[in-house]
Amino acid sequence: MSKFTTQHEDFKNLQRRLLYLRMGLLIGLLLLSARLWYLQVVKGTYYRALSEQNRVRTVALKPARGLIFDRHGELLANNIPSFNLYLTVEDIRDKDSLAAALEDLIGLPRDETKKRLAQQAKSYVPILLKAALTLREAALIEGHRLDLTGLQIQAESQRYYLHGPLASHLLGYVGEVSPEQLEEPAFEGLVPGSIVGKAGVEKTYDRVIRGTPGEKTIEVDARGNEQRTVEIVEQTPGNDLYLSIDLPLQRLAASLLGEESGAVVALDPTDGDVLAMVSSPAFDPNVLSRGLSPAIWEQIASDQRHPLTNRALQGQYPPGSTFKIIVASAALESDKWSADTKVRCTGTFPSGNHVFRDWKKGGHGVMDMYQAIVQSCDVYFYNVGHRLGIDTIAEMARLFGLGQPTGIELPSERIGIVPSTEWKQRVRQEQWYAGETISAAIGQGYVSVTPLQMAVATAAVANDGTLYKPRLVRAIRERTTSRLQEMPPQDRGTIPLKDQTFALLHESLRGVVTSGTGGRARSKMVEIAGKTGTAQTVGARPSQTGTSHEALPKQFRDHAWFVAYAPAEDPKIAVAVIVEHMGHGGTFAAPIAKALIEEYLKTLETDDRRQNTGQL
Amino acid sequence: MIDVRTPDSFEWRFVLVAMGILAVGVLSIYSVSSGPASGGHVPLYAKQLVWILIGTLAFLTAVAIDYHKLARHAYVLYGAMLLLLALVLVMGRSTRGAQRWFALGPFAFQPSEVAKLVLVLVLAKYFADVQRSGWIQRVIVPGLLMLPGLILILKQPDLGTAMSFTFIFVSMVLVGGLHTKALGMGILFTSMLFPFVWELIWTSLHDYQRERILTFWDPMIDPAGKGYHALQARIAIGSGGLLGKGLDEATQSRLKFLPEGHTDFVFAVFAEQWGFIGVLVLFALFAALIFLAAEIAFKAKDPLGLLLAAGMLSMLGFCLMVNVGMTMGIFPIVGIPLPLMSYGGTTTVTSMAALGLLLNVKRRRLTLFY
Repeated sequence: MSKFTTQHEDFKNLQRRLLYLRMGLLIGLLLLSARLWYLQVVKGTYYRALSEQNRVRTVALKPARGLIFDRHGELLANNIPSFNLYLTVEDIRDKDSLAAALEDLIGLPRDETKKRLAQQAKSYVPILLKAALTLREAALIEGHRLDLTGLQIQAESQRYYLHGPLASHLLGYVGEVSPEQLEEPAFEGLVPGSIVGKAGVEKTYDRVIRGTPGEKTIEVDARGNEQRTVEIVEQTPGNDLYLSIDLPLQRLAASLLGEESGAVVALDPTDGDVLAMVSSPAFDPNVLSRGLSPAIWEQIASDQRHPLTNRALQGQYPPGSTFKIIVASAALESDKWSADTKVRCTGTFPSGNHVFRDWKKGGHGVMDMYQAIVQSCDVYFYNVGHRLGIDTIAEMARLFGLGQPTGIELPSERIGIVPSTEWKQRVRQEQWYAGETISAAIGQGYVSVTPLQMAVATAAVANDGTLYKPRLVRAIRERTTSRLQEMPPQDRGTIPLKDQTFALLHESLRGVVTSGTGGRARSKMVEIAGKTGTAQTVGARPSQTGTSHEALPKQFRDHAWFVAYAPAEDPKIAVAVIVEHMGHGGTFAAPIAKALIEEYLKTLETDDRRQNTGQL
Repeated sequence: MIDVRTPDSFEWRFVLVAMGILAVGVLSIYSVSSGPASGGHVPLYAKQLVWILIGTLAFLTAVAIDYHKLARHAYVLYGAMLLLLALVLVMGRSTRGAQRWFALGPFAFQPSEVAKLVLVLVLAKYFADVQRSGWIQRVIVPGLLMLPGLILILKQPDLGTAMSFTFIFVSMVLVGGLHTKALGMGILFTSMLFPFVWELIWTSLHDYQRERILTFWDPMIDPAGKGYHALQARIAIGSGGLLGKGLDEATQSRLKFLPEGHTDFVFAVFAEQWGFIGVLVLFALFAALIFLAAEIAFKAKDPLGLLLAAGMLSMLGFCLMVNVGMTMGIFPIVGIPLPLMSYGGTTTVTSMAALGLLLNVKRRRLTLFY
């Protein structure tokens, strides 16, 4: 135990203890210097790097996407300024109060914000919390900037589709690049949060119209406020697209379909230009491009009418009687049948233990090929199919481009089915039954096509055999050089039919409109050639006989087809129309085709006149 | 009795060293307050210059009034001090959960800073006067003397000042009272080494334990960032490297990543700008001050002078060690300013008054009688 002095020790003693205090302080300073040496000299570079990371931040400069025009230079898609709200996780001081404040200020659900914060792996990369803020929202957030560290409002360009849902399937929409996409070579050089095309030409031509992002290196302070620019690499805007679409025609086609589900495709048979492509119902690409809340996604995804599906090239329907064009061609090209071969139609065609019926009770009487096409006589084509066999028909169908992609530059094209013995063996591991040929001969059974395939095939009839790849983009204008790069028409070969075959097809398709099933497509203005079709909704129907078509619930009714081209003697436009659940093609689909053709030819005429006067 | 002699060379050295440190402090404060978003109409460095001016008055006053005269009023002063400390709990301005300041118009006055000075005075007076033997007189009585002040300071709460208070008490007991040299030395060394031992204990704890301890001790510790201060201070110091980044490139302090760069973390600002070499120069200044102060104490003419000087030395020394230690991350962050460098009215004036008292002791060593 220690002892204490009874009196003050002598002065020397006090002084000696004082020296211990001094020594202690000096040793303390030495130890602090040692620590300083460790921090500044040993770990100096490490801490230097940390301080740089603190200070410098790289901001991606997003390029403006290229503009999209129609064939006349009418603007379809551009970019408008938009206030986007970004959040840098690293700069947040208090996540809970931030999420609460965002809910109060701009109604962003608290839980969703927290979820997004938790998902973000790289804390220094800003995430887009909300696009297209209103001025009021932007002002509210700016007013609370000092409390809400980490938030930033960026004025950026937002994709804007001037005509809303019109041509939405064709144009597509845009959105943030997904983490999976970033791994792919096609998206090299993009940073998370970059805007890329998600559908339509926005997707297929993404690399052309995307532009090149720039990069700005900035110095920020502790609150994440920009202090000065260290380095800047400017962004390059994307190139512009000139589509083959004729905007007024597209608008007309959409309005003609109205509320019905279906698709319309109009092509220029001389070069394969897609003049109009409508799929109904449509969606508003502006809404989708703004970044969707899960609720809206759910609503779109669960819509029974599938508005996101582009029926023109993803809808696979039985071609119905429009398929008779192909079967007729196969017959005329074979040595088993000729144009003059006659068949007596009694309304029925027995095959095995099944009796196939004609659409007309009691039959058409004696028919040759011309009359059979004009009257769309099923029994005649049952006989043709029976004689030719499925493989001859399949061969011709493939020559017309069915069962294969048309090659249109849009994502996710479906190819339909051209059935054959080989096909059935391969897909179903079953042999082909003769009875199946009979229904295939009138475009039912296994046969299925897309409206676009039918339009291409019809255009090929119109131009005497050239099978074009549908051209959607006529030209690309390079932003940097302003050079217009034309995209030449591309054909996929010629359908090798005899001249007489084409001649008979032309004649009989004209007859369909003038005196046959397609009478409602008859025009005072121009001679139209076409073919009606009725696609049965297979198997779904409860009972086939005895009930009239109108009495059926709508989802069991047949689809109405009409394919056409005009003017018959010098075709300028080929059209394929399908309207779901509308019954006979001649009744509802034919008038749509007629209206489109008339409108288009009218504008062509005025264009010509304008050009002529211009030259004078 | 007013002393009007012209300063001798020792006094000049003492004043020059102190002025050197003050100048370094003003420069560091200038460098963090001149940047963007400094706020306020009067820049902080200018305010600090005003504080130094007031501090100079306090310094001159402390030199002029004979410390024996001061010591005669030690208990009265201490009583008044306790009254002020009690008053601040009732009337003080409350900032961020602590009640430490009196608002005097545009100024804020922190009585606990001054209380340290008065504690040194009262303990020096006590130990110089006490003639009787026994550990009750040596430890318990002075302990009871110190305790009310300590409790009032802890009540604010102000952990940093409370620690200084305790340290002043312990070191004065050791210098002034304890007999066994070995024990005295041991305890003195233990308390000197405490920051370094602390680090060992500290690093062995779980994060949540540390957090809990820290917030228990001082709720003022950065309520939002959880170690943000400590980390940014370490980055600032470390990134300074051997030669420092200079005033413009010291991004940690200029861009405000380092919080409290003008007050408690002023050392980190200096270390980032001037590097290892610069800090060695600064340490040399502080070491010189310690040597000079120790010499004053050593050559004091009576126990009162010696104890008074030793008390001032331990007060300033402790603040230096703990402040630098905490900015370097070897000590938990407690609000202790760096003497003569940190921005702040009360701390500047108090530190300069302490220097004045030291010089006072030095001046009186030749006049044995008055």
